[in-house]
Amino acid sequence: MPTEPVRRQVTVTDEGPVLVHGPIEIVLADGRKVISDRAVTALCTCRRSRRYPFCDTSHRRRVRNSVAHGSAHDRDSEECTRC
Amino acid sequence: MLSTTAPPPVAVPDIGPDTGPVTGPALPAPRGPLSLVVLDTLRGSTRTPSAAGLTSAAIEQADPYGEDLQLALYCCYELHYRGFAGVSDGLEWDPGLLGLRRDLEQVFLAALRAEVRGGTDVATEIDTLLVEVVDASGVSHHLRRTGQLWQLREYIAYRSLYHLKEADPHAWVIPRLTGPAKVALVTIEYDEYGSGSVGRMHAQLFADMMTEFGLCAEYGAYLDTAPAALLAEINFMSLCGLHRWLRGALIGQLVVAELTSSPSSDRLVQAMRRLGCGPAAIEFYAEHIEADAVHEQLVRHGIIAPLLAAEPALAGDVVFGIQASTLLADRFSDLLLRRWAEEQPT
Ligand code: FES
Ligand SMILES: [Fe+2]
Ligand SMILES: [Fe+2]
Repeated sequence: MPTEPVRRQVTVTDEGPVLVHGPIEIVLADGRKVISDRAVTALCTCRRSRRYPFCDTSHRRRVRNSVAHGSAHDRDSEECTRC
Repeated sequence: MLSTTAPPPVAVPDIGPDTGPVTGPALPAPRGPLSLVVLDTLRGSTRTPSAAGLTSAAIEQADPYGEDLQLALYCCYELHYRGFAGVSDGLEWDPGLLGLRRDLEQVFLAALRAEVRGGTDVATEIDTLLVEVVDASGVSHHLRRTGQLWQLREYIAYRSLYHLKEADPHAWVIPRLTGPAKVALVTIEYDEYGSGSVGRMHAQLFADMMTEFGLCAEYGAYLDTAPAALLAEINFMSLCGLHRWLRGALIGQLVVAELTSSPSSDRLVQAMRRLGCGPAAIEFYAEHIEADAVHEQLVRHGIIAPLLAAEPALAGDVVFGIQASTLLADRFSDLLLRRWAEEQPT
C-alpha cells in the first residue's frame, strides 16, 4: 500500500532566515560542510550573518539612539547599515 | 444487609513530607520584616504572618521593588524549584506561606501595572523589539565597548540565579497551551534543555562558563549578593509561570527574552574576546546567538500567532508581559551601570 513520504518542513520567513526542521548538513559554496543538530535551524538568507550559514539576527533593521527613545513609530528614520 | 449507621471517623494520615533536601542552597539572610517572616517560616516557625507582627498595611506599603519584598517572594518561589537545604518540602503548599505570597504578588503586580503603558497591540511591541539600536546603552553594550573583567564576572554571578534554572519557569506554561503553540514552546524548551544532551543544556553551559571565570557554579550560590532588581526579573517569571491566568504575560516575557538575546549575546561574546576569554567561557553566549535567532522565529510565528488566533483576549496580557519584563530588565541594567560608574570592585 503506498504511503505518503515523510517530508521535511522548510519555512520561509518574510524578513529573515529560512527555517529547516530536523538535524541537517549544509554544504557551502566552497564545499565546506557544516552540521546543525537543532530541532529547527535558521539559515541566513540576507548574507549579513557573522555566523553564516546560520542566522544571527543581523538581518534586523538598525537605527541610532537619537530616535530610539520614542515609540516604534518614531523609529522610521536614520537607518544605518552595518555598524 | 447494609448498615444504616455512619462509619466511624477515619483518621486522616498526615501524608505531607516533613523533610527537605539535605543538600541545596542555604537560606539567605533576611533583608527586612517581610523576608524575615518568610525565612522564619522556612526554618520551622509556625507563627502566622500576623502573629509575627506583619500587618496587611505593612505589606501594602512595602516597596514593590525593594530588597525585602523581592527576597521574600524569591524564597517563596524557590520552594517550587529546588527548595533550600534543610527546609521541609511540605512548605511548598503551606497555606500560610501561600497567603503571604499572594499578598506580596498583589503589591508587585499593582506596581508593574501602574508603571507600564499597557495596550493590546502585540505586533507593534514586537516590531519595536526587532529594531536594533546600535548605540544604545545597557549592560551588554557597555561590556562590549569598555567593560572590565570584574564587571563581566559580577554580571555572570548575578545572572546565575536565573541561568542555572534556565527555561524552568516556562516549563510551567506547557500544560496551559494547546496545539501549535504548545508544540513550538516545547521545541524551544527542548533546545534550552540541550536537545537530549546533558552537556548542551543551557544551564550546564552557564555552569561551565562560571567555572571558567572562577565563580561558584552551585545552584543559588549568589543569592545573598543578588540585588532586588535582579530578583524582580526572576520573580516576574516565577509569578507568571505559576499562575495560569498570567500565561499570556509569561509568553510576553518569553518574547522579550528570545528577541533580545541573540544580539545581546553577540555583544557579550565580543566583550569576552576583547578581554581574552577562551572558547569554554564564550560558548554559553555563542550558543545563544544562534539558538535565539531560531527561538525568535519560533516564538513569533509558532507561539504568538496561533495563541492569539485561538485566544485573542490574551493580547493585553502578552503586551503586559513584554512591557513589564522590559521595564524590569532596564531597572537591573541601570542599577549595574550606575554602580559600575561609581564603584570599584569589592
Ligand atoms: S537572515 Fe538573519 S542574519 Fe541573515
Ligand atoms: Fe537558552
Ligand atoms: Fe532561547
